[in-house]
Amino acid sequence: MTTPSTTVKATGSSPGTPSGTEIRLDRVTKDFGLAAPAVDDISLTIRPGEFMTFLGPSGSGKTTTLNLIAGFETLTAGTIALNGTDVSDVPPHRRNLGMLFQNYALFPHLTVAQNVAYPLRERKVPKREIARKVAEVLELVQLTGRDDNHPSQLSGGQQQRVALARAIVFEPSALLLDEPLGALDRNLRSALQAEIRRIHREVGSTFVFVTHDQEEAMNLSDRIALFNNGRIEQIGTPQQLYAEPETLFTARFLGDSNVFELGQAALGRSIVWDGESWGVDPATVAAHPGVRAGSAIVVRPEDVEVAARRDEVPPGANAVRAVVRDVEYMGSYRTLLLAMGRRGLPGRTRVSPLRGDYAIGDEIVAWWRPGAQRIVAA
Amino acid sequence: MSSNKIRWPSWPLLVPALALLAGILLVPLADTLIRSVSTPGWTLSNYSNLFTDGVTLTVLWRTAVTAATVTAAALLIGYPYAYLMTRVSPRARGILLVIVLIPFWTSVMARNFAWIIILQDGGPVQSLFEFFGADDVVFYGTTVGVTIAMTQVMLPFMVLPLFSTLGAIDRRLLLAARGLGSSPTAAFWKVYWPLSRSGVMAGVILVFTLSLGFYVTPALLGSPQESLVAQLLAQRTTLLLDFAAAGALGILVLVVTLVLVAWANRMGGTMSAIGVVAAGRTEGRR
Ligand SMILES: Nc1ncnc2c1ncn2[C@@H]1O[C@H](COP(=O)(O)OP(=O)(O)OP(=O)(O)O)[C@@H](O)[C@H]1O
Ligand SMILES: [Mg+2]
Repeated sequence: MTTPSTTVKATGSSPGTPSGTEIRLDRVTKDFGLAAPAVDDISLTIRPGEFMTFLGPSGSGKTTTLNLIAGFETLTAGTIALNGTDVSDVPPHRRNLGMLFQNYALFPHLTVAQNVAYPLRERKVPKREIARKVAEVLELVQLTGRDDNHPSQLSGGQQQRVALARAIVFEPSALLLDEPLGALDRNLRSALQAEIRRIHREVGSTFVFVTHDQEEAMNLSDRIALFNNGRIEQIGTPQQLYAEPETLFTARFLGDSNVFELGQAALGRSIVWDGESWGVDPATVAAHPGVRAGSAIVVRPEDVEVAARRDEVPPGANAVRAVVRDVEYMGSYRTLLLAMGRRGLPGRTRVSPLRGDYAIGDEIVAWWRPGAQRIVAA
Repeated sequence: MSSNKIRWPSWPLLVPALALLAGILLVPLADTLIRSVSTPGWTLSNYSNLFTDGVTLTVLWRTAVTAATVTAAALLIGYPYAYLMTRVSPRARGILLVIVLIPFWTSVMARNFAWIIILQDGGPVQSLFEFFGADDVVFYGTTVGVTIAMTQVMLPFMVLPLFSTLGAIDRRLLLAARGLGSSPTAAFWKVYWPLSRSGVMAGVILVFTLSLGFYVTPALLGSPQESLVAQLLAQRTTLLLDFAAAGALGILVLVVTLVLVAWANRMGGTMSAIGVVAAGRTEGRR
């Protein structure tokens, strides 16, 4: 087997200037020979310097996609291009990408400084420059003075920071991170999230970050690609994915939502659900031209208001009667858990404590403006 | 009856083992040592003779070279073999393990006579070489033949510690190395090899020290003109009945072995490796 000698060049990467690689996936498929391909015909362009997160449930193909970009897996079909250069046949060590795994993968026989120096040694960087860069990057991850420790002498969070330092020290034009914070406790996670965000700003590389934690994805990303069954369900800014879900999967995966599934009905000026007739705001109908069997209406809890009686609902609002099942006190607000309609569909709404008290068993009317609802494909 | 448990000390559990050790190892060893410095009269001449008799040093050197060759051969064969064992299915691993252990379960004599048949003049190996035009290759009665047969029986001592060390290496480290810019070869030499060192050290020490004591194989397959140290010992005890000289030689070999083990321990071989060495010592005297 011949290995192409092309090495992907960083486009003049120096800290502070956005200089990341553009990563383009074109109809990428990976089939392990299982029932369904692990990655199924994905096309995606990650912009230079972007913080892109792959979010999705376990087994949805996030790691496989990342490994394809890194070159650890071979493509079944499609192409991957870095800065416009097709790298489908370039081995991992020539792609000049940084890589950070969930479980540190620090070299146990090397010290902290030697671990961090490793990628520089492989690139034949002069000794003095190695020392300078290692010191610099250890300061960046706040591990100055631990140079001569071995990985086993560090805590989990410290080990992960060393791994992060090692992944960025050679200024890769793109950094691939596979659930790098998955094994850490909550406090450490949020501290390292902040650190990763800061480093992304300072280094200016493209970051591709895999997680199945939606909060983490929301916190960090410029854009999120939501994976489901080897496909990208939706891609967009965290705000877009939350506010404008195109599919029921997206709506359910990100945040809480009230979901009203619709039967066979044409999308006209109004929709009928469980005997209630609701208005439609054309702007809220996602990519789908007509409501089909299996489509659904999605309303976020914070958009649902509560009235004591139907005549208190403002004109033009969509309403459904509901029974309070439970009240969760969340500090600044409360969440009412509801049973909506005749069938008692579970739902939830947020109310301010200023709006009066609700007790379990209260009969109320839940309402929202048509503009707040999304009609999505199932 | 009192509910207080009587606290027996636990050291008596060691008594049988210690008694056995004292009886079969320490006493004879002390006896050998004393004899070697008290015959004839209190003297170190038995030791100085080793260095001046013109034979012992030659034999010791030959033994060391043979043991080193066997060790190198076992490492060259055993490392890839043990690596393969960590990469295949459990079933295939079992089969590979059985193959490497077969010489272990074969009687010493049967194994060595099998080698005689294979290596002897006019045997299959020689015929093979003749087929390719090399008419003067002789294995039977040479150190080469001895080395081949010894390597076979030493292989498990190399493969087993290597297998347990290699199997414990996290393969994701290799991926990490690739991701950091190492070619597959560089990833092996900079990550995998250093992490396998303790296994290599254990295997090397084990095979080398055991090889120093081989008796039956060189006696049957080698030539009397090229005897190894165990044969020299046997000759001095059973033919010459010079127990003092033999004792001095035995003590010298023991000291050399212990120094090697201590050195290996400092170089990263593990205590467990030495445990295996000790356990294998008697086994290796063949
Ligand atoms: N080397 C492999 N051989 C066979 N199947 C594989 C391999 N790697 C992954 N798969 C399969 O591909 C699918 C996607 O796996 P992948 O690891 O990409 O999921 P993921 O989204 O990263 O999940 P998680 O959040 O659990 O890490 C799974 O069904 C998995 O079983
Ligand atoms: Mg994964």
